[in-house]
Amino acid sequence: MNRKPGTERRSTLNKYQRVAYYPGCALDGTGHAYNSSTKEVGKVLGLELDEVKDWNCCGAMEVKNVDPKVQTYLSSRVMAIAAHEMQASVVMAPCNGCYHNLKKAEHDLAHDAASRETVARISKKAGHETYQAGSLETIHALDWIKDGVGEDELRRRVKNSLSGLKVANYYGCMYTRPRHIYPEKDRGEGSESTSQPHFMDDLLAAAGAENVDFPLKTACCGGAHVLSDSDTSTKLVLNILRAAEAAGANVIATECPTCHSGLEMHQVRAEKVLGEKTTVKMLYFTQLLGIALGVSPRRLGIHENVSDGMAVLKKVL
Amino acid sequence: MRETLLARAESVLEEWIRARGEEPTQDRVETFRLLALHRQGARGEPSFNACRETCREIAYHYNLLGAAADGRAQGMMQLLVNHLELFVRGKMEVAGLGDFCCASRPVRQQSAAEEKTDA
Repeated sequence: MNRKPGTERRSTLNKYQRVAYYPGCALDGTGHAYNSSTKEVGKVLGLELDEVKDWNCCGAMEVKNVDPKVQTYLSSRVMAIAAHEMQASVVMAPCNGCYHNLKKAEHDLAHDAASRETVARISKKAGHETYQAGSLETIHALDWIKDGVGEDELRRRVKNSLSGLKVANYYGCMYTRPRHIYPEKDRGEGSESTSQPHFMDDLLAAAGAENVDFPLKTACCGGAHVLSDSDTSTKLVLNILRAAEAAGANVIATECPTCHSGLEMHQVRAEKVLGEKTTVKMLYFTQLLGIALGVSPRRLGIHENVSDGMAVLKKVL
Repeated sequence: MRETLLARAESVLEEWIRARGEEPTQDRVETFRLLALHRQGARGEPSFNACRETCREIAYHYNLLGAAADGRAQGMMQLLVNHLELFVRGKMEVAGLGDFCCASRPVRQQSAAEEKTDA
């Protein structure tokens, strides 16, 4: 369905008001602040999260590299619990890796008989109902807020405008790729774009931030070879940080715990190992929205970030 | 300068394509050889699409610089070409070492070979 940017899709409002919540492993660890800020923002906006019971790892990259069909099973188990045990129609995953893997599992189960066979076999062995493609809609935290609340409502609820913050929105490479697992994207005006994603830009603009033109918004941060080839990862991140600064940003907004940690840690490493200092700060988009909605920085976990977000938030608090 | 940067970006993709045992194309997509090279480089390697938008942004900045001299756009094009180079370098490194941090590919290949021998 096409719609103008900023207009609200009424049909999604109730559907996204209460969703099954799949935080994933990263939000239990390094992305803890993303977890708490997502919950806080949901609470203020009247969006409810029902955490998936006894959830497991989505298979991430490690399992996918060893056996992609086992990764499909792991993601399908999360969806089976949400769909069958919780009777949910929507599952929300804020981590790009989890979101990507659940979407990929959905696609593989709909199109690949061998994947269906593997998932049915392991599900039976594990003693739970087999997930059937199409039983659940998987969304990202950006969809949840953008389509569940919309910019107009968000704008009405802003208590601290983010005016004065110049934000480079960094989506990373898994939020939009590969295109075929995201059939709802690229559907015209109002839908998300895989080449020029804008949902985070739209939400932060509604909260008063100034988005800068950032050409590396979907570029690779080198997360996949952070251990095998750390120097290249550091240089890739340094390049992203420099591009954000060259675009005039004082904040990089993130929506993935792995990208966020990578940007923060390699910013430190670039200074230590390469002697290259950058000053742009990293904040999760949910932390920025939380500040705009009047939530305290502590509740949003801003003190847990490596990057000193408070240094720039002083402009708006 | 924009010609030099575009040529450097093309040579990065040529290196990737030659490393895969192919001859780099001379074709153009939307008037850019760079985009045709990217398309060729991504064939059979979907993860190479992670640099598709970087290539498109390089083409966009090339056009921007053709319309008017702009120091900021030139600096950004330089960063984009750097990013492409680093990304491709990382891909080539990983292709030689394995799939991920644990270098799983050689381990998996060895274990598959052992399974065949056992059978």
